[in-house]
Amino acid sequence: MRSSVKRLVSATAAAALSLGIAAGAQAASHSETFKIGVVTFLSGGAAESFGVPAWNGGKLMIDMLNKGELPAPYDQKGFGGLMIEAIEIDEAGGATKQVQEFRNLVQREKVDAVLGYVSSGDCLAVPPVAEELKAFLVLYDCGTPRVFEEGSYNYVFRTAAHAAMDNISLAKYMTSRGIKVGSFAGVNQDYAWGHDSWADFVASMGILMPDAKATTSLFPKIFAGQYGTEISAVMREKPDLLHSSLWGGDLQAFMLQASARGIHKRMQVALAAGDHVIPQLGQKMPDGIILGARGMNGLAAHAKGGELVDLLWDRYKAEYGVFPVQAPFRMWQGLLGVKTAVEAAMKANGGKKPTAEQMAAAMKGQTWEAPSGTITMALGNGHQAIQPNAIGTTKWDEAAGEMTLVDVEYYDAECVNPPNGIKAVDWIKAGFPGAKCN
Amino acid sequence: MDLFLVILVDGLIYGAWLFIVSVGLTLVFGVLGILNLAHGSLYAIGAYSTATAVGIYFAYGGDAFPLGSYAVMALAALLVAVVIAPLLERGLLRHFYHRDEVIGVLVTYGVFLILEDAIKLIWGVDPLFVYEPYDLLGMVEAGPLFYVAYDFLVIAVSAVAGFAVWYFLNRTRRGKVMLAVIHDREMSQTMGVNVDKVFLLAFGAGVFLAAFGGALTAPMISVSPGIGVNVIIVAFAVIIIGGLGSIEGAALGAVMVGISRAASVHLMPELELFIIYFVMAVVLIFRPEGIFVRTQTRKI
Repeated sequence: MRSSVKRLVSATAAAALSLGIAAGAQAASHSETFKIGVVTFLSGGAAESFGVPAWNGGKLMIDMLNKGELPAPYDQKGFGGLMIEAIEIDEAGGATKQVQEFRNLVQREKVDAVLGYVSSGDCLAVPPVAEELKAFLVLYDCGTPRVFEEGSYNYVFRTAAHAAMDNISLAKYMTSRGIKVGSFAGVNQDYAWGHDSWADFVASMGILMPDAKATTSLFPKIFAGQYGTEISAVMREKPDLLHSSLWGGDLQAFMLQASARGIHKRMQVALAAGDHVIPQLGQKMPDGIILGARGMNGLAAHAKGGELVDLLWDRYKAEYGVFPVQAPFRMWQGLLGVKTAVEAAMKANGGKKPTAEQMAAAMKGQTWEAPSGTITMALGNGHQAIQPNAIGTTKWDEAAGEMTLVDVEYYDAECVNPPNGIKAVDWIKAGFPGAKCN
Repeated sequence: MDLFLVILVDGLIYGAWLFIVSVGLTLVFGVLGILNLAHGSLYAIGAYSTATAVGIYFAYGGDAFPLGSYAVMALAALLVAVVIAPLLERGLLRHFYHRDEVIGVLVTYGVFLILEDAIKLIWGVDPLFVYEPYDLLGMVEAGPLFYVAYDFLVIAVSAVAGFAVWYFLNRTRRGKVMLAVIHDREMSQTMGVNVDKVFLLAFGAGVFLAAFGGALTAPMISVSPGIGVNVIIVAFAVIIIGGLGSIEGAALGAVMVGISRAASVHLMPELELFIIYFVMAVVLIFRPEGIFVRTQTRKI
């Protein structure tokens, strides 16, 4: 009897112990986190327009993901049940500093992935280091096509379309809306972004409106602030259309100075990436300005609506007091892309936290739904995203007391992005072969 | 003819703005012998203070008398000078007057970095707008184009500011005392001049002019972090062309840069950035000390 009691106690203790170990092991898996380095401008000229709104959107979405507040297919908490732990890094300081910051994130902080980079210079400098360290890197914002047109990487992905799409769409808008353009001028910043934007727009107009003549092309230096002379030069030329890819404080200053001189009454103004200054300018952004948002982002996404867009739009507005412009949308599509890749990799490896190799394999050629439409990693051998775009025209809504976009035209991703294996500018000059437009 | 007129008007508008943002820099160098790299930050603080003050003005009934916003702009710049000039000059710069000029540059560079962060701490990174004064005076037709009348106000204010500084230095007793200090600090001191007071006054005037430049610019731009950085670069070009420490030189340098840049934008836009430094290089080849500063013999 005594021995049977002894056996019972021993068995109970062993069971309790094994249960405890199992419970402990389960708790360990639940306490595991997914560390992600988020790099964007938190100071400097690009912070207010791109970095800060993007990180605001990022914080909001990470919080919602960790609480499981997003609708299906994103309703599983965190990334595949792993709580997301973000480490934010300021992108200010130049490419050399960012390369060092990236090494710190990977080697010291031991992050599982890095999501970042607004500056094209940083987007060109960091990928070779990611390859060297075999670290999973997702570029979420920068526009230069050169990353995957001139480079090939295993661990590097970009979840936003490159900048050619913005200017192709703008030129297509002129034709689809029947806007007569006999001549056009440009005011773009004097660095790669400004020159590439103008070149893409001129090439697109050359195909779509071959009779339209490019006249003045001005390239004031970045952060110039004073545009009086440029405005005079354009007004003296009297083109039908003024193209500009200015952004941030430069675009705000340009619009303040140009609209005060009535430039929008004398020619059609088209802004390749102009949506992000609307919250600051309000009614100082005149009616009738044609603008894009580097994707179906901001006001254009809101105009189209949808469960995910509406939820994020309302939460962002409630949290920060302004509507989300293009930058948070690109951050959201990047985060959802990482979530999709992590969960696909976990499905393939039996539910374990994935390695960089597994995430890269899952991300290659991946497709997912974002607030800005369907994102497909179609270019750069499955490493570069294409996405739909939208262009609209500004109109102040007096009753609502806010700016709206009217006459919005939506463009399928394959209509305004080149196919895999061809450079964007060559595709434009060849007359957009293989473009699939509805 | 139309083109010539447009270039002249554009050049004068830009030149007037350049003068107002660079005259304080040359005044401080002329009196204190310090090349103040923090000048751009003081300009930015002037712009931020103006945006805040004019915003408050319109929020509390300024619409009834909108022209009053111009007085608010000037008062905001004055407040910046009254608060910051004694702190910087008495608290920091006076310890470096007898040191090498390079030390002054390094110290003011440190001040620049501190002030840039202080701006972000006080006003954050979101831009401020104060466009009401810009639209207030309407538009003016000049030749084939329309200009904002505010641009001509900037020309007038720059001309008045330049004349006031020149008049003060050359036609008033205090100004002549200041010139005496510029020419020979030790001799002035032995003659009973309170050099510390002169330095504080000159630095205060320099800070006011920097802040006033920011105040005049604020209605035209988005007031955001970093606006002072570019200003300091172009202001240096202007005062080097005119001669470090010369008020007349700053005026001529500003007009030369303004008109050359306007001509370039209208005729050869690809040279816009190059032209400012080309003008500077040409001037320095023929006048190594700048247009209004005579080459001095050096004792060996």
